[in-house]
Amino acid sequence: MNLTLKIWRQKEAKASGSMETYKVSEISEHMSFLEMMDVLNEQLINEGKEPIAFDHDCREGICGSCSMYINGEPHGPDRGVTTCQLHMRKFKDGDTIHIEPWRAASFPVIKDLVVDRSAFDRIIQSGGYVSVNTSGNSQDANAIPIPKEDADNAFDAATCIGCGACVAACKNSSAMLFVSAKVSQLALLPQGQVERKERVLSMVDQMDTEGFGNCSNTGACEIECPKGISLDNIARMNRELLSAKI
Amino acid sequence: MAINKGFLNFSILRKFAMALSGLFLVIFLLQHLTINLTSVFSSDAFNSLSHFMGTNPLVQFLLQPILAFGVFFHLSMGLVLEIKNRNARPIKYAYSKPEENSSWMSRNMIITGVMIMLFLGLHFYDFWFPELKLKFIDGIWNNETRYFIELQHKFHDPIRVALYVLSFVFLSLHLMHGFQSAFQSIGFRNKSYTPFIKKLSSIYAIVVPFGFVCIAIYHFLAQ
Ligand code: SF4
Ligand code: FES
Repeated sequence: MNLTLKIWRQKEAKASGSMETYKVSEISEHMSFLEMMDVLNEQLINEGKEPIAFDHDCREGICGSCSMYINGEPHGPDRGVTTCQLHMRKFKDGDTIHIEPWRAASFPVIKDLVVDRSAFDRIIQSGGYVSVNTSGNSQDANAIPIPKEDADNAFDAATCIGCGACVAACKNSSAMLFVSAKVSQLALLPQGQVERKERVLSMVDQMDTEGFGNCSNTGACEIECPKGISLDNIARMNRELLSAKI
Repeated sequence: MAINKGFLNFSILRKFAMALSGLFLVIFLLQHLTINLTSVFSSDAFNSLSHFMGTNPLVQFLLQPILAFGVFFHLSMGLVLEIKNRNARPIKYAYSKPEENSSWMSRNMIITGVMIMLFLGLHFYDFWFPELKLKFIDGIWNNETRYFIELQHKFHDPIRVALYVLSFVFLSLHLMHGFQSAFQSIGFRNKSYTPFIKKLSSIYAIVVPFGFVCIAIYHFLAQ
C-alpha cells in the first residue's frame, strides 16, 4: 500500500506545532499501525530528519501507552483495539491518514504525538487503591465470597488500561469513563468498602482539579474505548458520589 | 478534604442538578401541553383551567417561582458547563469524526438549548410579561374569559406560528438526548429499565413537541 500521512509535529511542549505531510510506500496490510509508523521513522532517519515521537510499550493492547487520534477517532477506525492492535488492512491503498495526539487541556503535548497523561496517575494516587497489609501475612482474596455478578463487573471495570482514549473521544474531554472504571472496580468488591466514600470524593475532586470537562452522556467514550468499558460504570460512579455526599 | 467541598463544586453533582432541573421541566411541559390541548376542544375549559393556573395562590406564588428558578438554573448551568467543557479542550482536532461515536443531538445540546432559550424570550414576550403586567401592575385578576382570545390573537400571525414550529423542532432534538441522559446523570441505569427509558424518551421527544405544533397550527388555521 502507498499512503499519505498527515501528522502533527511539535518540537516540544511550548512550541507551536503543525500538521506535516509524509508519504510511505510498500506498506503491508499485515502490519500493525505502529509498525507502519516504524517504517516512516526509519525513512525519516535515513533522510537525516527527526523521527516522529510517539508513545508505545507492550504493543499488544495491555499497557495503554500508544495513543493516536487516527482519522478522526482515538485508536483509529477499528473497534475494541488500541493503536498498536490496529492493522493496516483497515486502510486502502492511496488513503490519506490523519494522525494527531490526544487533545485535552489536561493532556498537554510533550512532543509530536506524545502527551503527558500524568493527570491520570494523580487521580489514581488520590484514591484508586485499597489499604491492605501486603507484608506477607495478608489474607487470600479468594477466601472472601463475592457474588459472581459483582466479580464479573469489577473485572470488566478493571480491564481499563488507562489509555485516555475516552478523554480524547469526548467532546468535553471528560475523564468520567476512566475514573468511573477505577472507582467501580474497587467499590464492587468487599476489599474496597473501607475507603469507599472517601475514594469517590477524592478521585472526582482530583479529576475536576485536573481540568477534565463535564460528562454530557454523549457515549463517545464507550464506543471508542479499546476495552469496551461500559457507561454503566459512569452511572455507578454518579450514584457512589451522591451517596457519599449526602 | 474533598468531603467538605460544596455540593455544586463537584462536576458530577452539577450534572445531577442539571438532570433534576431538566426532568422537572419535562414534567412541566406535559402539564403545559395538557392545558393547551383543551383549547382545541373547548374554549371554556381552556379559559377556566388557565384562570385557575393564573390566579391560584399556590400555583402563582409557589409553583411559578419554582418553575422560573428551574428554567433559569437549567439555562445558566448549561452555559456554565459549556464554557468549562470548551476550556477543557483549548486546541481542537484538525480532523475529527464525532459522528462515528455519538449522535448529533447529544453533541449539540448547547445549540438546541440556546434556540429554546431564544424561543422562551419570544414566548415570555407574547404571554408571560403581558400576564404579569395585567395582574401585578394593572391589578386585573378576575377576567376569566380573556385567555382563549389572547391565544387566538397570537397565532394569527404566520411568522409567529412558523417561529413556534421551528422552536419545537429544537425542543424535540433537545429532549431526544436530554430526557434519557438525565436518568444516566442521576445514576439510574440498569439492564431492565434503561431500554424502556430510552424508548420513552424518544416517544416523549416526538409526541410532546408535535402536540404543541399541532395546537399552534390548529389555531392558525381555525381563524
Ligand atoms: S476507560 Fe477505556 S478509553 Fe478510557 S482510559 Fe480506560 S481503557 Fe482507555
Ligand atoms: S503499546 Fe501497549 S497498548 Fe498499545
